[in-house]
Amino acid sequence: MSSLLVLAIIIAIGVVAFVIGRQRAAAQDTGKVKPHSRAHYHGWWAFLLAVLPAVLLLAVWDIGSSFYLDRHIHAALPERTADSKVASEALDASLVKSLAKGLRRLDAGTPLPATFAELQPLLIAKGVALASDTQDYMIPIAVDANTVQDRLGLFGAVVTFALSIAGAFYALRQIAPRARARNNVERLMLWGLLAASTIAILTTVGIVLSMLFQTITFFESVSPMSFFFGTVWDPRFAAAGSGGSQGQFGLIPLLAGTLYIAAVALLVAVPVGLMSAVYMSEYASRSVRSVVKPALELLAGIPTIVYGIFAVVTLGPFLRDLSAALTGGSPFIQGQSIFTAGLVMGVMLIPVVSSLSDDIITAVPRAMRDGSLGLGATRSETIKRVILPAALPGIVGAILLTASRAIGETMIVVLAAGVAANLTANPFEAMTTITVKIVNQLTGDLEFNSPQTLVAFALGLTLFALTLVMNIVALYIVRKYREQYE
Amino acid sequence: MNIMTEQSLENAVGDKMNAKSNEVIKMRGDKVGVFYGEKQALFDVNLDVRQNQVTALIGPSGCGKSTFLRCLNRMNDTIDSARVTGKITLDEDDIYDKNIDVVELRARVGMVFQKPNPFPKSIYENVAYGPRIHGLAKRKSDMDQIVESSLKKAAIWNEVKDRLQEPGTGLSGGQQQRLCIARAIAVSPEVILMDEPCSALDPIATARVEELIDELRQNYTIVIVTHSMQQAARVSQRTAMFHLGYLVEEGATDKMFTNPDDKRTQDYITGRFG
Ligand SMILES: Nc1ncnc2c1ncn2[C@@H]1O[C@H](COP(=O)(O)OP(=O)(O)O)[C@@H](O)[C@H]1O
Ligand SMILES: [Mg+2]
Repeated sequence: MSSLLVLAIIIAIGVVAFVIGRQRAAAQDTGKVKPHSRAHYHGWWAFLLAVLPAVLLLAVWDIGSSFYLDRHIHAALPERTADSKVASEALDASLVKSLAKGLRRLDAGTPLPATFAELQPLLIAKGVALASDTQDYMIPIAVDANTVQDRLGLFGAVVTFALSIAGAFYALRQIAPRARARNNVERLMLWGLLAASTIAILTTVGIVLSMLFQTITFFESVSPMSFFFGTVWDPRFAAAGSGGSQGQFGLIPLLAGTLYIAAVALLVAVPVGLMSAVYMSEYASRSVRSVVKPALELLAGIPTIVYGIFAVVTLGPFLRDLSAALTGGSPFIQGQSIFTAGLVMGVMLIPVVSSLSDDIITAVPRAMRDGSLGLGATRSETIKRVILPAALPGIVGAILLTASRAIGETMIVVLAAGVAANLTANPFEAMTTITVKIVNQLTGDLEFNSPQTLVAFALGLTLFALTLVMNIVALYIVRKYREQYE
Repeated sequence: MNIMTEQSLENAVGDKMNAKSNEVIKMRGDKVGVFYGEKQALFDVNLDVRQNQVTALIGPSGCGKSTFLRCLNRMNDTIDSARVTGKITLDEDDIYDKNIDVVELRARVGMVFQKPNPFPKSIYENVAYGPRIHGLAKRKSDMDQIVESSLKKAAIWNEVKDRLQEPGTGLSGGQQQRLCIARAIAVSPEVILMDEPCSALDPIATARVEELIDELRQNYTIVIVTHSMQQAARVSQRTAMFHLGYLVEEGATDKMFTNPDDKRTQDYITGRFG
């Protein structure tokens, strides 16, 4: 019996329990005693007791039985000898498993041939393609595995149904006017919400840990000193296994490029975004606002690769030609440059800044504006002295959020600033960022345990730490401001 | 128009003849109407505000008291849909004239709002806000002087003199409202408009603010909106009764509360509606 079917039946039992529970609770409400919980809470409690334990058991059983089956197959396989036809025991077992899965597709009455050569056409007729090194001795093992699996599945299903029905009965028997079904349901809700938020935290922890282990492996071959303080990025893709030159993994050029481009982008996005937010929330009439705001948000919906294409096809050449025309010959702005990338990224970030700040500015209570205007302040004085200070914690948060977007941005940089890891202060030259190099190192035909690949994890972790620090700084600023003014 | 000039002439003459008189007209509304979009909220209001007196605006909610009050310093300009018709004068100058600068007008006609709305700044900065914007203090010592005297006039100096750098939002509701009054006083207005200044306060804080209003009358002209009959009777010299956007009746507070001309005023005062 498939797990999906079992699940559906459990839920059906739960629904029945819900209906019965609600009816019983309603029937018990004769008006003499004030019921503690409303009838549908009793229904929900019966549903939850019927479904949750059974589903948990089903999950555990499924995992357990697949382990058991694995060991069963391994035990049944013939001893490995020097002339075994299959390269490894793991491969052997996986071939058996695919075969077992394929056999299930055959019609029930079909007599099984003894050799794979005879079996293969039958399977192909059913649309099952198997590896050609499947051996004859695997056929009985696969058949046996299937029967074991069926038995396990059936037994699991029966036990699960029993648990489900037991849960439902237990809950239904508890129903009484003063029974606290509402509290039980609420407590389970709390646990559910807690579990949901734990998933996010655990995932983050998992990501960090997995990056951490790869990073540690990386630091076994390259010293942290030369990574964090190295000024040359030249990973030198050595051929796999040659073990020769390793190259240099200096973070500094990438970090500098990341921060430089992000800074240029913020220099564009923050003033423009903030001013357009102020215009929209304080000055624009409703009709203007209803056009401009969606238009700005549309800008936020454009995929960044499109911005990148715009930069590399239109803006980059234009700026290069412009600079050439200005100096009369040699262009001082290269086709791919920090300036171009920062400019385009800044434009991309304008709607992020303006939309976040607009919400924050609009949230400043009208009483603040009235108070200031009523004292004879002009609109711009009111904005400068009352509204922006009151909105500042939110705006700082918005800017830091935007900064993390700028630091994490990849596509625009690849196209507009290039992949050359230079270390330069000239904004009109090419530079590259951490994210670009992460992609660079992971794409290509490299061994996964070479430093050339592992460096991507070290870079990723550095990026993570960078944004983490920024968020902490943002929190600190916001807190400090709050203390001062509330 | 003709009548208007004749009246102002009479007033001007009256001023000369009786300089210390209480009857100088500080502000005058002439056929004031207000529209919010298509909807008219105020109709043909003719109302005088006399200098150094407290004028109370009473009437059931939604009758246009706040709307009229906001006309007096053009706060209605900040509401997109609002449109004002008729004429309002301050010392005989039309405040809706093109040559009038609203910023200057609002410095002369200050406003205190229903809910205390101190800025999220220190107590000192709250009071210094207006003078700073209008450049009233050249030096720090001048500003200290203005802040201190405003807080004293608003009868809150003793409570806050040791904590001027603490946030104004940390004060109690009644203190916040007096801080807002100090903030309005700091720009030396001639008229102070108050829109139900005590509605968010407890009885003790209310009593303090009412006392304060009575003291302020010496130096300022005050217009106060209130929904409390007792308050109007306690603090005001003149009372104006609004109903459904019309000015029903206006007169000396004593007379209004003992012997009103209009049946609606009588009903409202005795609590039959509203
Ligand atoms: N900003 C506004 N936009 C539209 N209508 C308004 C606005 N403010 C007040 N009004 C309307 O104008 C009328 C008078 O309101 P208001 O002056 O606030 O009354 P009061 O202060 O006497 O309670 C009410 O009907 C109210 O709905
Ligand atoms: Mg009102």
